[in-house]
Amino acid sequence: MKYKSQKVAYWFFAFSMLLLILQITYGFVMGFARIGMDGLHEFIPFNTARAVHTNLLVVWLLSGFMGAAYYIIPEEAQNELVSVKLAYVQLISLAAVGVTAVIGYHFNYWEGRKFLEIPRPLDYLVVVNVLLFLGIILLTLFKGKRRTTTALVLSMGLLFAALLYLPGMIPFDSQVLDSFFRWWVVHLWVEGVWELIMGGILSFLLIKLTGVDREVIEKWLYVIVGLTFLSGVLGTGHHYYYIGVNKIWLIVGGIFSALEPLAFLAMALFAVNMYRKGEKKHPNKLALYWTLGAAIVSFIGAGLLGFAHTLPQTNLYTHGTLVTAMHGHLAFWGAYGMIVLAIISYSLPNLTGRKLYDSSRGRMAFWLANIGMIGMTVAFGVAGVAQVYLERKFGLDFMKVQKEISIHFVVLILCATIFTTGVILYIVDFYKHGTPTDEALESKE
Amino acid sequence: MLSKKQARAFFLGGTLVTFLIFIGLTVYSLSEGNDQSNKENLTASVVRGKEIWESNNCMGCHTLLGEGAYYAPELTKVIDRRGEGYVKAILMSPVPWQPNGRKMVAYGMSKNEAEDVVAFFKWIGKIDLNGFDRIVSPLAKKKINN
Repeated sequence: MKYKSQKVAYWFFAFSMLLLILQITYGFVMGFARIGMDGLHEFIPFNTARAVHTNLLVVWLLSGFMGAAYYIIPEEAQNELVSVKLAYVQLISLAAVGVTAVIGYHFNYWEGRKFLEIPRPLDYLVVVNVLLFLGIILLTLFKGKRRTTTALVLSMGLLFAALLYLPGMIPFDSQVLDSFFRWWVVHLWVEGVWELIMGGILSFLLIKLTGVDREVIEKWLYVIVGLTFLSGVLGTGHHYYYIGVNKIWLIVGGIFSALEPLAFLAMALFAVNMYRKGEKKHPNKLALYWTLGAAIVSFIGAGLLGFAHTLPQTNLYTHGTLVTAMHGHLAFWGAYGMIVLAIISYSLPNLTGRKLYDSSRGRMAFWLANIGMIGMTVAFGVAGVAQVYLERKFGLDFMKVQKEISIHFVVLILCATIFTTGVILYIVDFYKHGTPTDEALESKE
Repeated sequence: MLSKKQARAFFLGGTLVTFLIFIGLTVYSLSEGNDQSNKENLTASVVRGKEIWESNNCMGCHTLLGEGAYYAPELTKVIDRRGEGYVKAILMSPVPWQPNGRKMVAYGMSKNEAEDVVAFFKWIGKIDLNGFDRIVSPLAKKKINN
């Protein structure tokens, strides 16, 4: 690492890893409940497990993004963070809000709006927390010696993510409007501004790992994020087909969301091409695995599997079925999970001074996690397609269908076990790196 | 060959134009003449029902308008399918309801609360869903046709 204050990133990453393990644990609670093993129902009913599972996902990714920003911005802006103390305050308050929310979910303290279950009073604390984070990042950037495109795109993504949280806080009496504006947050996050964050991190990693000229990489970064917004903003329409709003969204959402895979395809081609073009072969192979993996798996999970059910004619049958869970798992894993793990793999040796660049444990972690997640995606997909046919084509009762497809959840649990083994190996590797130290300063990359 | 400046212009221009169109379409689709969200029938009871729906995170298991967690049945048109009495009995049950072995939390609601939730479901059932209601609830469709 080049700047002392980058060390704060480590603790955000460590917090991320803790939440990831908890997220997976609640995933297992749901998986077992689906095959009839719901012994925990009284303490952790399915709706609690579900809210915890998705919210922990959001928080571990956000914590990973924040850590990434605390690591990347000083290096890009060539300036120490304006306040390390405040960054720690921000981490502790983020953890406090997160823990309160998760505990609250076990006691019926929530809002019951998919992905945005955090109760309103805690929402305000989230806003304060994010403002503090943005203050530190933007001020560091403003006071820095240089302003790179990578840093600007990353900061812009973080700033817009914060702004877009606000429409989700407007109260509505109508379920339709509630849902309509909830997607402004959820969709415009994951299929919009989060891709700026992903693009920024990807660009930083490619510059460091491949040695390709910054100007070339950043030019393509603009093209990719341009494609993202061009398709993604109006692509929001694919959530509006069947929730009680005008038919105009069937056309607009259909056309533009069908273009969304282009941005992911561009991202995958870009990463692979830069890798081929690069003359510098960085010794940190694991970081390279995760970086290229993120670009490729996000194209499959977010791009292709999203496209598979985005057209209104298909979505009419798949809307509200397990087909969505199939797409959701591989998309979040590929696009956001893997990019966070990539920046962690890259920065850990630099923060701690331990160059565990290419351990067999690290490689096993990568392959097991990915094979497991692909297996889970297939299990969800088969269950989802069977559900669509039995329930929506043949008109069988919901629970009858659930019994028919429960075998796929046994497969899901088996694949989830492989996935979890991979994640645990990754965390063991994380732990083996030790904690950040000033001795790692100015170390060669 | 594309320059960095042109790439930036593509990004900023494209984003601005699509965002403006998005805002325009939002205003258009929510405007008086194009609204199909059944907002004219939004009574105090429906709103109370929605609050109960949210405060218990029903969407954490069920789906409504196709949105939710796919663990328990879709509830759009549930009143057409099951009838008012059945739904109320589940909501007021003091022990976990578990048809086919899958448990629902026992909410033990009062009669008034259950009636509000039913009013909410009835209101949901009248929204124009661009044809989704007929697909999502084949049993309701049969009932309507008979």
